[in-house]
Amino acid sequence: MADKKATREAYGEALAEFGGQYDIVVLDADLSKSTKTETFKKKYPERFINVGIAEGNMMSTAAGIATTGKVVFASSFAMFAAGRAFEQVRNSIAYPNLNVKIGATHAGVSVGEDGASHQAVEDISLMRTVPNMVVINPADAYEARGAVEAAIKHEGPVYLRFGRLAVPYVYDSGYQFELGKGVQLKDGGDVTIIATGLMVQEAVKAAQTLADEGISARVVNIHTIKPIDKDIIIKAAKETGAIVTAEEHSIIGGLGSAVAEVLSENYPAKMVRVGINDVFGKSGKPQCLLEEYGLTACNIAKQTKKLLGK
Amino acid sequence: MNNHELKLIAAKVRRHVLDAVHSAASGHPGGSLSISDILTLLYFEEMQNLDTQTPKNPDRDRFVLSKGHCSPALYGILAERGFFDKSLITGFRQTDCCLQGHPSLKDVAGVDMSTGSLGQGISAANGMALSAKLDGKDYRVYTILGDGECEEGQVWEAAMFAAHYKLDNLCAVLDFNGLQIDGNIADVMSPLPLDEKFKAFNWNVILVDAHDFDSLRSGFAQARVCKGKPSILIAKSVKGKGVSFMENNAGWHGNAPNDEQYAQAVSEIDAVIKELGGEI
Repeated sequence: MADKKATREAYGEALAEFGGQYDIVVLDADLSKSTKTETFKKKYPERFINVGIAEGNMMSTAAGIATTGKVVFASSFAMFAAGRAFEQVRNSIAYPNLNVKIGATHAGVSVGEDGASHQAVEDISLMRTVPNMVVINPADAYEARGAVEAAIKHEGPVYLRFGRLAVPYVYDSGYQFELGKGVQLKDGGDVTIIATGLMVQEAVKAAQTLADEGISARVVNIHTIKPIDKDIIIKAAKETGAIVTAEEHSIIGGLGSAVAEVLSENYPAKMVRVGINDVFGKSGKPQCLLEEYGLTACNIAKQTKKLLGK
Repeated sequence: MNNHELKLIAAKVRRHVLDAVHSAASGHPGGSLSISDILTLLYFEEMQNLDTQTPKNPDRDRFVLSKGHCSPALYGILAERGFFDKSLITGFRQTDCCLQGHPSLKDVAGVDMSTGSLGQGISAANGMALSAKLDGKDYRVYTILGDGECEEGQVWEAAMFAAHYKLDNLCAVLDFNGLQIDGNIADVMSPLPLDEKFKAFNWNVILVDAHDFDSLRSGFAQARVCKGKPSILIAKSVKGKGVSFMENNAGWHGNAPNDEQYAQAVSEIDAVIKELGGEI
């Protein structure tokens, strides 16, 4: 087995896996080879619908199908699913609380060479504000599979955020995904690093680096950004006193903001947000871009030490 | 149902429209009055397997009001059809009433899709029609579009989709009254020619009179027998139909009548109801 896999690959495989068990219909807007819904299409061609390059229409069509009792997945790049089709997602899907799952791939700057026009770093923020919407950002392929299954079982709209880049496994095949529950990956007493998506693996590495320097960092994976696991965040603040958030998303409105909301209302603690600092991305190799925007274990460790005054 | 009975129901729907927008002191009477006859034929003759006791009956024909701002007419016909009590009508748009400004499927029995943002309803209707095809069911799906609504790009994305997937179980009706909020559609941003556009998108286009039940009935019958493509009835209508001072006046797109105007409008509609032998 390869030691890395993109969450979008796991998404396509999960759709094909669960397609036999559930009455799923998958819609895509001419990107099935990239979003990997093609994997489902090959197995269940009669339940795969290509809407062409028309994301807004796809979302409202998905809503119409969902009114008839089916579980509908609508897929595109995060930029177009959450951005271009925002209003259709809000009005056609979320307002009537219809059972549509938005499979948004190619989120974040790790899209790479396509550049800023295709690098959604605002999607979590956009989707999080919409009532009825659940927002999930899996850290690895196992978590992506679990997220798809949980989304199918959840009645109502879900935004699933997947990446283009192959990422190392954080979990193993025995991982049990639980919607809305944060996962503590490592205990620690001096600080807690709360991460989501591909930043989870970086947070684990950062904690190792910090340990070498005598700082005991707890690591928590928040895969479900809405509804967020308040308990695990408040507990971390109480027990470690300092919080670092890490996400491949704007620091405005994403995980960092969600954690800050929980802390400020329940247990104010010093914190720092690692993420995209209110700028657009650009073209480049994914790894180069992650480094340029500070989305690395090295930067998490650096920001953590700064926060702790060390 | 004979035309006399249909005319009486349509007049009652128009009365509900006036009561709703006057009570709310807001709403959209012009387009509601122009689609009242279309809705009457749909809900009392054309649509099958409607069951007021089981509004979500999976085998029912569906209706999506793509021009969702004409909710007063939809609520009027649903009330006449018995989906909910007519007394709700005067609570339209008010905080303690389920009748939202634009249709909400979670709030009102008989509403098949939440609409209001133009261009989205026809896409949802496509989804329902496609689902019927996937399940081998024979229910039909109807939707009413505005002519101004056809300025939304999504209408044409949906038009492509319906033809591509050969949704012959879909029948759209275009409320062709020629007016939108800011004036004549030809002046604001012309979507014309609409018949040629839909033909070019590979739809079965049928021209009808929106206020003539024989014409509408014939149009729906032609749509029903057309196989392999979606149908659209381009229904020439009069905005504000039935209220003399509202007819063909864009000013009544989204304005409610004051007490005096309401009284005059009601007297005109009530005269029709009385003439047709109905009770006020």
